[in-house]
Amino acid sequence: MEFFRSHVLICGGTGCHSSGSADVMETFKTELEKHNLEKEIKLVQTGCFGLCAVGPVVIVYPEGAFYSRITADDVPRIVTEHLLKGRIVTDLLYHDSIHEDEVIKSLNEVEFYKKQKRIALRNCGVIDPENIDEYIAFDGYKALGKVLLEMTPEETIEIIKASGLRGRGGAGFPTGLKWEFTAKAESDKKYVCCNADEGDPGAFMDRSILEGDPHSVLEAMTIAGYAVGADQGYIYVRAEYPIAVKRLTIAIGQAREAGLLGKNIFGTDFSFDIELRLGAGAFVCGEETALMASIEGYRGEPRPRPPFPAVKGVFGKPTLLNNVETYANIPQIILNGPEWFQTIGTEKSKGTKVFALGGKINNTGLVEVPMGTTLREIIYEVGGGIPNGKKFKAAQTGGPSGGCIPVEHLDTPIDYDSLAKVGSMMGSGGLIVMDEDNCMVDIARFFLDFTVDESCGKCPPCRIGTKRMLEILDRIVEGKGEEGDIEKLEELGKTIKSASLCGLGQTAPNPVLSTLQYFRDEYEAHIRDKRCPAGVCQKLLQIIIQADLCKGCGLCVKVCPVDAISGERRSPHTIDQSKCIKCGACLEKCPFKAIVKG
Amino acid sequence: MKSLKELEEIKQRTLDSVNLRKDRTGGTRIVVGMATCGIAAGARPVLLAFLEEVKKRNLGDVTVSQTGCIGVCRLEPMVEVYRPGEEKVTYVKMTPEKVKRIVAEHIVNGQIVTEYTIGAAE
Repeated sequence: MEFFRSHVLICGGTGCHSSGSADVMETFKTELEKHNLEKEIKLVQTGCFGLCAVGPVVIVYPEGAFYSRITADDVPRIVTEHLLKGRIVTDLLYHDSIHEDEVIKSLNEVEFYKKQKRIALRNCGVIDPENIDEYIAFDGYKALGKVLLEMTPEETIEIIKASGLRGRGGAGFPTGLKWEFTAKAESDKKYVCCNADEGDPGAFMDRSILEGDPHSVLEAMTIAGYAVGADQGYIYVRAEYPIAVKRLTIAIGQAREAGLLGKNIFGTDFSFDIELRLGAGAFVCGEETALMASIEGYRGEPRPRPPFPAVKGVFGKPTLLNNVETYANIPQIILNGPEWFQTIGTEKSKGTKVFALGGKINNTGLVEVPMGTTLREIIYEVGGGIPNGKKFKAAQTGGPSGGCIPVEHLDTPIDYDSLAKVGSMMGSGGLIVMDEDNCMVDIARFFLDFTVDESCGKCPPCRIGTKRMLEILDRIVEGKGEEGDIEKLEELGKTIKSASLCGLGQTAPNPVLSTLQYFRDEYEAHIRDKRCPAGVCQKLLQIIIQADLCKGCGLCVKVCPVDAISGERRSPHTIDQSKCIKCGACLEKCPFKAIVKG
Repeated sequence: MKSLKELEEIKQRTLDSVNLRKDRTGGTRIVVGMATCGIAAGARPVLLAFLEEVKKRNLGDVTVSQTGCIGVCRLEPMVEVYRPGEEKVTYVKMTPEKVKRIVAEHIVNGQIVTEYTIGAAE
C-alpha cells in the first residue's frame, strides 16, 4: 500500500459538480503530476460535505484545511503553496474555518457543523463512494456480518423496533413494525425495496446519501432482506440523478464482487441481490403503491390501501419499502445498539433528521441535526441566518405536501408530532426559508401548480379539485379575487384532503391551508385591496415615483425599456402605469431612492 | 465474503490510508521546512525518506507535512518533530540517512537524537 502524506478531498456531489468540481479535480491531477507529487498526495472524490452554498469545496488533510469556492484557476496556487511548500492559502479558506490567529478550526468548531450530528451522512464527504474498501474501513458491512452470523431475523427486528426509528420518507411510520409485518406475511417470495424517488422541489437529502455513501443503503437493504426473509431488492431511483445512479451501479458491482451481495453471503445460506429501477421523474411514483406499480412496469398510479405492501406489494408479494435515509440509519443502529439511538432525539422521534436547506438562507446545503432541534437553531445557527439582514417570514417544510411555519413558531422543536401540530409536516426533509420579500399567496400557488402538474389523474378530488384551487389562486394573484374565494379554497382543500386516493392528493392542499391559517391577511390584501404586500405579484404591482424625493435627473427615463417614464428635467417625473411592465430597472437605477413598489 | 475476519482484514488494510482524514489531536507530527532555502539544500529527498520510513513501519498515527522557511536557512534542510505532550525538537542539516535514525530512535522509541538537533549544531 502506498503511503500518502496528504489527502485532498474534493466534493463530487451534484451541487459542487454543477459549480465545477470536475474541472477542479482534473486540474489537481495535472498540477500534481507537474510537481511530481502524485505518489505523495492522494486525490479523493467524495460525496457531499453539506455546505453547497460555498462549493466547490476542497478539504486538505492532515491539516483539515477547508477551501471553499475553488475554481480550476485556484488549484495551481493550492498545489505550489500548500501541498509543495506547506503554506496554507488562507484567503481561499472558508471564512468560518480559521480562528483569528489563523489557526485552522476543527470541523466540529465551525458554526455550520457545531449543532449537527451526522448518522445518516456519517460517511458523506469522508470516504470515496466509488471504493468499497473505504466504506469497509469505516466499519462498513460489519453490521451485516454481525446480523448474519450472530443474530436471528427476529432479534434483528427487535433491535430496530427498540431503537424507535421512524420512516424518514415523511409519514414517520415506525420502521421496526413495518419490518415485523413483512416478516410475518407468509409467502414463497418477498421483496425489499428502497424508495429513492425524491421529487419535492428543493429536496436533495436522498440524492446526497446515494452519491456520498451508496454502500450504506445496500448494506441496510441486505440486513432488511435477512430480517424479513427476502432474497431480492429493488432500488427505485429517478433517472434525473445520474451521479447517484452511476455510483449505485458501481457500488452494486463491487458488493457483488466482494461477495456481499449474491449467494451465500458471509458463508451462510442467506442470498440476496439488488437491482436498480430507474424512474422517469413522476412525483406520484414516490407514493408507495404507485412506485411498486412502476417497478412492475405499469403506469405509476396508486391503488387503494389496504392491502398494504407488507401483505401485497411488488408482483403481488409481501414487500418491505423504506426510504433511503431510513436505510442509512440501520447499520449504525445495529452496530451501536438501540439504546445509543434512543439517547438521540426527542421522546417520540428518535435519532436525527437530514434537511436540505434552501431559499433565503446563507448556508444553502445539507444538514443533519438531532430531532428536537428548533427551527431557529437550524436557520440562524447551522444555516447562518438570512442574507442581507432581511426579516424571516416563514419556513416551508415537507415540500408540496407540507406547510409554512411562521415566525411565532420558530422555536418549535423539529420532530414528527410538533410539526404536525403547527399545521406542517416533517416530509422528506426539504426546508425552504422565506423572507419578507416572499409573497405567501404566490408560494402557495407555486406548490399547487406543482401538484396539479404531478397529479396522476386517477381520482377526481385530486385531478379536478386541485385544478379548481389553482384557478382561484391564479385569479387572486392577478387581482381578480372576489369575496368568498378564501372560503371556497378552504372548503375545496378540506374535501380534497379527505377524499383523495393517495398521499399526493391528501396533502396537496396543505401549502394553501397552512398559509391561509397564518397569512390570511396577505390573501385578504390581494382580494380586497388588490395589493401584494411583498411586492411579488406582478399584476398587482405598481411602481411609483415619490414626487418629493425625485430630483428629475432623468436616469430612470434612460433605463426604462418601454418609455413609460416622462417628465421635465429637474422636476418630478411620473410613470405611465398603462405602459409599465414592472421590470424594476428604474428602481435599481434611481440614485435618490425616490422610486418604490406600491 | 466468507467471514468477519476477512472483512476485518480489508478494514485494517484500508484504515491506515483513511485515518489521515479524521480530526486529530494526538499523534506525532513531522514537519519538513520546504521553502526555497530548504528545497535548495535538499529537503525533498528528506521528505520522501520520511514518507518511505513511515510507510515501511506502518506508523498509523504519524503525519508528515511541510512548512515554509523556519528561519535559519544556513542549517537547512530542517525538520521539526512534534510529539504530544513534549517540547518540539528541531533537527538540522538533514539527510535521508539521518531520517532513518530519527524515525527508529525518536519517532518510534521516543529517544531524541541529540547530535542532530539544532542545539548540538550551534
